[in-house]
Amino acid sequence: MSGSRRLLIFGGIALALWGMGYGLWYAVFAEHQVLNVIGASLATAFDAAASRNPGASETAFRSYKEAKYVYDRQVDVHGHWIGLAMLLIVVGIGFDRVRFAERQKLVLACALLVGAAIFPLGVLLQTFDHGAIPRGIAVLGSVLVIAALLVVTLGIAGREAPSV
Amino acid sequence: MGFSKSSSSEKTHKLDASSFAPLSARRLLVLGGIGLILVGMLFGDIFAVFVLHQNAAHVGASLAAAAHAALAGDRSAVLASFQDVGAFLENRGTKVDTHVHMIDFGYLALMLSILQPWIAFEERTKRDLAWLFLAGGMLLPVGVFLIHYVGLAYSPLQTIGGASILADLGGLLVILATLGFLLGLVKHFRSHAPAHVKDGLLSDRSAPGRLLLAGGMVLVLAGFLHGAYYSGVDLYRHEALDSSILMEMAKAAAAKDGGTVDRSLEAYGQLQGDKAVKIAAHAHSIEFGLLAMMLAFFQPYVRLRESWKLRWAYVLILGSVLLPACVLMELRYGLVAGGLADFGGLLVILALLAMWIGILRYTGQLDSQTGEVR
Repeated sequence: MSGSRRLLIFGGIALALWGMGYGLWYAVFAEHQVLNVIGASLATAFDAAASRNPGASETAFRSYKEAKYVYDRQVDVHGHWIGLAMLLIVVGIGFDRVRFAERQKLVLACALLVGAAIFPLGVLLQTFDHGAIPRGIAVLGSVLVIAALLVVTLGIAGREAPSV
Repeated sequence: MGFSKSSSSEKTHKLDASSFAPLSARRLLVLGGIGLILVGMLFGDIFAVFVLHQNAAHVGASLAAAAHAALAGDRSAVLASFQDVGAFLENRGTKVDTHVHMIDFGYLALMLSILQPWIAFEERTKRDLAWLFLAGGMLLPVGVFLIHYVGLAYSPLQTIGGASILADLGGLLVILATLGFLLGLVKHFRSHAPAHVKDGLLSDRSAPGRLLLAGGMVLVLAGFLHGAYYSGVDLYRHEALDSSILMEMAKAAAAKDGGTVDRSLEAYGQLQGDKAVKIAAHAHSIEFGLLAMMLAFFQPYVRLRESWKLRWAYVLILGSVLLPACVLMELRYGLVAGGLADFGGLLVILALLAMWIGILRYTGQLDSQTGEVR
């Protein structure tokens, strides 16, 4: 098994384990609490509206918005880490069909692995910092994955073309 | 393999029958994995047809009831309506989670089955790990499904229900089994002279395999590009709209402005629909792409005529394109697009079932040959 293939398969399984571990932690220690905050703040906001208290309603909506922002990203991170990990494993299994030289394939494998790791990481960091840096990390990760996958597709297509 | 009327690829790439022996880790993971995917997809289709839209209508109606209760200044009705919203959302969320986790565990099982020749453990250990994985892969979705119905009854904890604990235990089993397989892989490559593994399964270059691999890659790429477009154009706009529409609704209710409350409710419903179809199209395109790519590697195990293997590969790709494309059109074309999307899902299920039956036929042939040798 070539180094690039090994990197994708090992990296993919490790990332899947990391994503599952994160999901387990999230399900036990975070999900129920965040969902409670979302539900309670939404109910409080409308309860305050019923009491004709717009100030309290607005405060509750701010709490809802923040909790929903965190919840959506935490769920996305879990799903994307595992989804991308599976893609790494599948691409790794079929990597011998990519017609490039091993060195180029190693660069592609590195790009895929780094992108798959930092894209969800950037999304997760947004729950701590709403600034441009976490968003930039997520964008960089997604660009790396998409660009590398595009090149891998071309590499496979190039090899298969003559036999069709 | 030497089957009558089989493909040229089957003649040139011999498969090692011992790697697919009865109750071997690979066979357990392949059949169990596709079984998990099939059950997860069937569950998803039934959920989409009989639960999803009805549930969305209930959520909308309960939110409308909460907004109108706020308009009337009826605080107890507001809280009661939000309890209903919470129950409907939990019902929907647990069913989506059941569908997604069952399919994803199936995918992982298929990938781990391909890697079996590189796992440097005794077959018995690998088999135990495979059983552990499949047990966890079943336990988690079943546990998640039960959360809505069991609640906190008989739970040893105050905030987490018994079904949630069962689901978490399932997740832990899957993690342990995957970790075990990873250790086996590490052991293989850390040995002084790792044995050169030549797996006939990966040498296949048949037409259905190539179609599934290429089609799968294109589907995954399309899903990624759509996801990038969604996050760049819609994600932050949707998030801002979500809270601003709700805030406007509450403000209008406090000001006793019934017209604005109704307009906000309509806008909120449209926003949720827009979000749901875009995320579903993104997720399904990638998931089906991954499935097609994985099934490409298993084509040598599918004991069907080459022409039928190719037909089922086309059916799978067609369904995989139809579902996300029609889901995206659901807001504009309503039930027609929704029905076509469900039909696309059905095509994928049928193609997968056909391939599964083909693999079962191969195991039957393999086992009868082994019996003859004995």
